[in-house]
Amino acid sequence: MAIIERPATAGGVEIAPPATPSRAQGGFKRPVSTTGWKSWLFTVDHKKLGIMYGVMAMFFFIVGGIEAVLIRLQLAAPEGKVLSASVYNQMFTMHATTMVFLFVMPMAAAFANYFIPLQIGARDVAFPRMNAFGFWCVLGGGIFINLSWFLGGAADGGWFMYAPNSGPIFSPSHGVDFWTLGLQITGIASLTGAINLIVTVLNMRAPGMSLMKMPVFTWLQLVVQFLLLFAVPVITVALFLLSFQRNFGATFFDVSAGADPLLWQHLFWIFGHPEVYILILPSFGIISEVLPVFAKKPLFGYPFVVFSGAAIGFVGWGVWAHHMFASGLGPVSVAVFSISTMAIAIPTGVKIVNWTLTLWGGKLRFTAAMHFAIGLIVLFTIGGLSGVTHSVAPSDTQQTDTYYIVAHFHYVLFGGAVFGLFSGFYYWWPKMFGKTLNEKLGKANFWMMVIGMNMTFGPMHILGLQGQPRRMYQWTEARAGEGFFNLAFWNQIASIGSIILAVGVLLFIINVVKTARSKELAPLDPWDSRTLEWMTSSPPKEHNFDVIPTVHHLDEFFHRKYQQDPVTHEYKQIATAEEILADQEAHADKHIHMPSPSYWPIVLAATLPIITTGVIYSIPVAIVGGIFLVLAMFGWALEPSTAPETDFDPPAAGESTKELAPLV
Amino acid sequence: MSDVAVHEADHGTHGHTTTTGLSNNKVAMWLFLGSECLLFGGLISTYMLYRGRVSEGPRPGNVFDIPFTSVSSFILLMSSLTMVLAVSAAQNRDDRGTTLWLTVTALLGATFVGGQVYEFTAMYNEGLGFTTSLFGSSFYALTGFHGVHVTVGIIMLMSLVGIIKRSTIPGDKAEVVELIGLYWHFVDVIWIIIFTLVYLIPA
Amino acid sequence: MTAATETHSEHDHSHDDHAQHGMSNAGYIRIALILAAMTALEVSTYYVDFGALFMPVLIILMVVKFFIVVSYFMHLKFDNKLFSFCFYAGLFLAVMVYVIALATFKFFAA
Repeated sequence: MAIIERPATAGGVEIAPPATPSRAQGGFKRPVSTTGWKSWLFTVDHKKLGIMYGVMAMFFFIVGGIEAVLIRLQLAAPEGKVLSASVYNQMFTMHATTMVFLFVMPMAAAFANYFIPLQIGARDVAFPRMNAFGFWCVLGGGIFINLSWFLGGAADGGWFMYAPNSGPIFSPSHGVDFWTLGLQITGIASLTGAINLIVTVLNMRAPGMSLMKMPVFTWLQLVVQFLLLFAVPVITVALFLLSFQRNFGATFFDVSAGADPLLWQHLFWIFGHPEVYILILPSFGIISEVLPVFAKKPLFGYPFVVFSGAAIGFVGWGVWAHHMFASGLGPVSVAVFSISTMAIAIPTGVKIVNWTLTLWGGKLRFTAAMHFAIGLIVLFTIGGLSGVTHSVAPSDTQQTDTYYIVAHFHYVLFGGAVFGLFSGFYYWWPKMFGKTLNEKLGKANFWMMVIGMNMTFGPMHILGLQGQPRRMYQWTEARAGEGFFNLAFWNQIASIGSIILAVGVLLFIINVVKTARSKELAPLDPWDSRTLEWMTSSPPKEHNFDVIPTVHHLDEFFHRKYQQDPVTHEYKQIATAEEILADQEAHADKHIHMPSPSYWPIVLAATLPIITTGVIYSIPVAIVGGIFLVLAMFGWALEPSTAPETDFDPPAAGESTKELAPLV
Repeated sequence: MSDVAVHEADHGTHGHTTTTGLSNNKVAMWLFLGSECLLFGGLISTYMLYRGRVSEGPRPGNVFDIPFTSVSSFILLMSSLTMVLAVSAAQNRDDRGTTLWLTVTALLGATFVGGQVYEFTAMYNEGLGFTTSLFGSSFYALTGFHGVHVTVGIIMLMSLVGIIKRSTIPGDKAEVVELIGLYWHFVDVIWIIIFTLVYLIPA
Repeated sequence: MTAATETHSEHDHSHDDHAQHGMSNAGYIRIALILAAMTALEVSTYYVDFGALFMPVLIILMVVKFFIVVSYFMHLKFDNKLFSFCFYAGLFLAVMVYVIALATFKFFAA
């Protein structure tokens, strides 16, 4: 008997908690709380997990942002004294690690978790417990990596952690150990999450929703999950090799034993280049939802967007060595990877064209979400163009390890990925929380971020081409040069920009707090949206849809609201969102089985940091953690994901039914 | 990791239909195996790069005992046959046959792992430690990873035998046997590659 | 099963009763014998000098054995194409990226 099946409530009446379990199949009795912190800790609901991913990612965004501001403060003046050289190394390493692995990826996972099931008309993901397990892994791994700050210093080898520089000789603190092992934990989450979401998209679509009727966000997330599926094991190998070297004395990156330093670079970038598409494609997906809605037009060339997304996913596997042009790969390799890198600009360009043509002739509404989406197109294009300059090997050799690179990837990652995610916040906030974020503050948020980011990262193009090396911990007046291109001026501009950027992010947080306090509820369909997630209440019910919709069109929800006039070919409204929802509720399914909450995901995930701590400090602890891990796996395996009736007590006296009756 | 994929046994397919008509668990298992290709690919490549790099200690040709490894490779290969017979029995709802063949498979797997332990010990005594040379590190990492996979497989097989006897398995029994079978065969095909590339082709 | 077949008739043939799509136990044993013979041939290269054929024979045998196990023991030949896609996509990418990476060490250096 699933937890969702409970007496019907009329008009906000307290919902009785489900009966207490009487027999446990997985070692534990079932958690039964439907409210309070326990209902979050043991939940398997994809929406709750999506919100938890989001909150965690936002926290790490702030942590990474503080790290970024500290870096800029250090470089604001000549011979900066804010950070020591060693702490500076840790700071830029952890800034990148946090932003990539603990902000953008989990935030994309937050949207994926929350909206993929809704967009495909499913009631949950295919493996709900595995979903919860993934979240607890990312959280555990993220905390574990950051613990190193307090235990002798964080990792300091740069986010790509080139070996042998990251080996025990050059990086003697435990920072790199925490980094490698923590990323292994988050890697497990990425892998299970990828498997889970791929199966969900393939197998749990509503009737009638063929692959080419899926919303673009879901499509591009599917591509991302395949990239994760195949890229994560590569970094897993690299991290294992590095751990073995650091913790068990293996020789993989020991040059004196004849090791080849390029091995790490290859493994890292075979993972690393698909990784950059893992970071950007979710945002591409988000704005592919936002632009048509606020242009009141279908997405221009839907199949082209989908196939170019898949093409990016595939070609992205053949370009990794452009990160290594300066390493002496040899002319043939450099030529091949140079050409493949130029080729990957094509599918990306296709997308830019499609988005632009979606706007063309549309009835544009410049909401905050739309601002961020257009911001992405412009800023990503700038970053993309500087990216093309990297594909030209001679030019890249000049730019390698300078601030020009820093400028490039912040334009594509901040101007691209982060702007897309913010677009998603403003677009989907009313769906997730039933309240619309303040539009005025949202636009202020946008403009501060645009100005801030261009002031921060724009000058870095100049700094880089003038030769300021990346990761340089101090600059001196004497070597800053003179005239318009002197390093001092542009470093100061960049530092001021970073403060403006931080204020922009602060405005978003203020907006969130303000909206949370406001009593004003959002309309059911505030943006006149097109896809299925808007066809349910806001926030959605625990079971998402009262009745699983049958899909006939791409943009199904739009076609339920509007019908084309056969003569004039104009679309006329035939139903409102409220009417469609009321119709659904009237025909609600009587028997809805939802997966039951479980203790095992959090228990299983908790064993992993124990093991990794043991690997660093004491092997017996790791063995104990391993035993717990195996026990937790048995508990998990023996527990069915939907508890059978026998796992609960029979209904209490007077309780007529435990089945879901139509909600009012 | 693999256990997570295998044992998430029941949701979605039980009493429900899926869009493709395929079992969620089976799609998940194949995705996991596709992912494992890149894991073992990385380890094999590391070995292929470092196989000839022996700064000190013995060279590959000095420590490999080809006749011995051939026998243990053959045993692992035959465990794939017994595994497929177990799957076949499970699909015919023959619990006795299933447990029998699962047990035989686990025993063959255990023999293989035992052989590997013996082989590692012999190599160590001949002076090839994990930290001795690039060859040593990459050899032990690759075959060790494989050995861990086999061991996990044995644990899953034995658990499955116990669970079938107690008959408390969530989900479809035959499918769980099939999924663990897929994992087992995969570990076997990885060994087919390792046997040729590591052992038979000299550095 | 029957409900599934009704609602999703177009996709269904591979889901139900995989047993019937597979092989008989005798078939499996035949496959195992072929694999055993190939392994014997592989091991014989250790004792007999194959000359120039040494490498090609071993590589071809390895690949053939791999695909026999995957196709027959793992049912990929009889199963839905989606399973093949999941697995072969990973296999293809693995072979592609690692062979290229190793090639940059071996052939293209300098």
